[in-house]
Amino acid sequence: MTTTTGPVPARRGMTRKQRRLTLIGLALAVLGVAAGLVLYALSGSITLFHSPTDIVEKNVQPGQRIRLGGLVETGSIRRGENMQVSFVVTDGRTSIPVAYRGVLPDLFREGQGVVTEGVLEPGRQFRADSVLARHDETYMPKEVADALKQQGHWKPGDPAPNPNAAQPGASR
Amino acid sequence: MSPEIGHYALVLALALALFQSVVPVWGARKRDAALMGTADAVALGQCAFVAIAFAALTHAYLVSDFSVENVVLNSHSTKPLIYKISGVWGNHEGSMLLWVLILTLFSAFVALFGRNLPLPLKANVLAVQAWITAAFLLFILKTSNPFNRINPAPFEGRDLNPLLQDPGLAIHPPLLYLGYVGFSMSFAFAVAALIEGRIDAAWARWVRPWALTAWMFLTAGISMGSFWAYYELGWGGWWFWDPVENASLMPWLAGTALLHSAIVMEKREALKVWTVLLAILTFSLSLLGTFLVRSGVLTSVHAFAVDPERGIFILAILIAFIGGSLALYAWRAPMLRQGGIFAPVSREGALVLNNLFLTAACAAVFVGTLYPLALEALTGAKISVGPPFFNWTFGPLMVPLMVAMVFGPFLAWKRGDLLAAAQRMMAAFAAGIAAMLLTFAVTRGGPVLAPVFIGLAAYIIVGSLAEVAERVQLFRAPLATTLQRARGLPRSAWGTAVAHAGVGVMLIGIVGETCYRQELIVQMKPGDTVEVAGYQVTLTGLAPVQGPNYRDVVARLVLREGGVDAGILEPAKRVYTARNMPTTEAALKTRGFSQLYVSPGDVETSGSIALRFFYKPMVLLIWIGTLVMMLGGLLSLSDRRLRVGAPKPAARRAPAVQAAE
Repeated sequence: MTTTTGPVPARRGMTRKQRRLTLIGLALAVLGVAAGLVLYALSGSITLFHSPTDIVEKNVQPGQRIRLGGLVETGSIRRGENMQVSFVVTDGRTSIPVAYRGVLPDLFREGQGVVTEGVLEPGRQFRADSVLARHDETYMPKEVADALKQQGHWKPGDPAPNPNAAQPGASR
Repeated sequence: MSPEIGHYALVLALALALFQSVVPVWGARKRDAALMGTADAVALGQCAFVAIAFAALTHAYLVSDFSVENVVLNSHSTKPLIYKISGVWGNHEGSMLLWVLILTLFSAFVALFGRNLPLPLKANVLAVQAWITAAFLLFILKTSNPFNRINPAPFEGRDLNPLLQDPGLAIHPPLLYLGYVGFSMSFAFAVAALIEGRIDAAWARWVRPWALTAWMFLTAGISMGSFWAYYELGWGGWWFWDPVENASLMPWLAGTALLHSAIVMEKREALKVWTVLLAILTFSLSLLGTFLVRSGVLTSVHAFAVDPERGIFILAILIAFIGGSLALYAWRAPMLRQGGIFAPVSREGALVLNNLFLTAACAAVFVGTLYPLALEALTGAKISVGPPFFNWTFGPLMVPLMVAMVFGPFLAWKRGDLLAAAQRMMAAFAAGIAAMLLTFAVTRGGPVLAPVFIGLAAYIIVGSLAEVAERVQLFRAPLATTLQRARGLPRSAWGTAVAHAGVGVMLIGIVGETCYRQELIVQMKPGDTVEVAGYQVTLTGLAPVQGPNYRDVVARLVLREGGVDAGILEPAKRVYTARNMPTTEAALKTRGFSQLYVSPGDVETSGSIALRFFYKPMVLLIWIGTLVMMLGGLLSLSDRRLRVGAPKPAARRAPAVQAAE
């Protein structure tokens, strides 16, 4: 820590200004890079959420990567070979068939809310590569709750919309 | 009766907080020692009353008092004792109470141990703490009262969300809150300094230990939460870039920046204005984090519509504290300007670079977390910003930071020599290249960048420790001299080296897990065998097991490694009876720092079960790395100059620092 302080005083005023400019320039450069990264990443990694009715009404084109959410239609789950699963996602007005391969999350049940992410195929078929397990304690993903509210299926305050409430397995 | 006592205690605490919000500031303005002195006793009283309220709520949980709504919603008489206690903070109301309890505890700590603080500063700090306390107490009493009774009382409660019934998550919120609230201290000191219009190195010496403590708890909390998600959610991931996680990561990033800029301020009296701003921002992000997670805004923007009173209250608190402190900052900060000058290439310069990258990364996370909320509130469009966004923004900003953090300690204060530093870091470069080549030779497959990152990690670990090794003259001087020097070295130097090395350790874990992980999903019947990562795994049977408040279906897996018995794994599908909620209990087999992770799927009617196997090389290093970072924090905290209530060594040190300048 015995740095020489010799040459500094002569150019102090100038240096101070230069140093400050260097710092500010550096700060702007880092922030610029950060902003660029953010914009680039935002354009590439955003997925839009749609309900089945949205897909029909907004005429979502096949091939696009989206999230589809709604209720798993009662009696629609079919399990095939090799962990192939197909089920129907509905918001009460429109239904879209979904194909998926893999292990389903714990709370995936008929009549419960679900969000799937994947690609819409021609003929309004949805191929999901992930079925989301994230949810709050009321078992209802937020987008699904909103979409259902729009369709008049769920009033805020209900613990969870459950069309199969009469089924013994689903009720407490 | 006891819930009413708790409720009343909260009201009394609020009255004291309101008193403390006003009187000490007034005293500090009038230089009236008697008025300023009231703060101590009032802070202790507040803490006592909030503790009574917290004890009353805990009592209601322990005895399963189902006439209290909060207990009904979050507890169950058959729940194990530890989760009855953790249930107190496993919900919005109780967690807010815990938040205030920690806040008042810290105020009491300042009141008791802040004898060496200048009286006006102490009075102002306690007053600012009281503003926060008062706001939170009002919020609890007005909108989130945990002591609400219900009539008639039900016979049984609804149980705590089973996912939260886990020892890891029982202590996760208190750790996180100790971190969040710990940053309220640096906030209070920053606002107090702004009120007084003066700030000096002694201020930084007080702020740094608080920031360091808060940082350690926050690190522990985040790490614990990540570990919990890893083994409990059954998906094998350890970080999802979920808004709830980001909410805790943002104050951590800002807090890490604060720690480093406070060093510059303490040693060189530079970056004052910036340090104060960081202290404000860090606590603002802590507030935001608390509310984002607890208010339900993240689960639905419409939580505001469902409970407008609570939503508006939260907004008001955020605006008042963030807006108010920033306004105060804009008004008063110019008075603080002055400080030592330094060249861009210097220890200060390196720390500035650290701050730049950390805050930029924090801003990127902020955008990714709040952009969907803002967009939905403004246009109604629902989007999700996924992990690719964060990998693309956070990753590139972290890499230069990691390269620079090794350089920093090698540079001299005021003016450093980059070339000389690079020469002293030869060992680190060599280690990095060696590790890179070794990884490249040993592993086949995996992303091309993976060996590079392993090399970066080795460079960080060796480079961080090399700085200390050089200072103690390891291998250059006789061992006795080295040991003597090691003892004489300030603990903070050890702390820096260890904490930085921890980052390297964590990086190895992250790269190992993300780049070299193997995954296998199979459908198995009893008797089937699969081969995963060198293990032969045989499913011997599926058996039902009854737990205290759940039912399990356990898959019994026998592991053999090269024909030798390697143990048994018992992953399970579990159903919690009170809520009829299924969960997945993963099973883990540890080999060194790597783990085999088995998570069961549904049992088919045919008697087969879907099983997900993950082999995660080096995964444990992720959390071990955070532990090493915390150890570094602890070492730094034990540095004598930071030890609270040790004014003598501090006074002795101050002239020494000046002499060196």
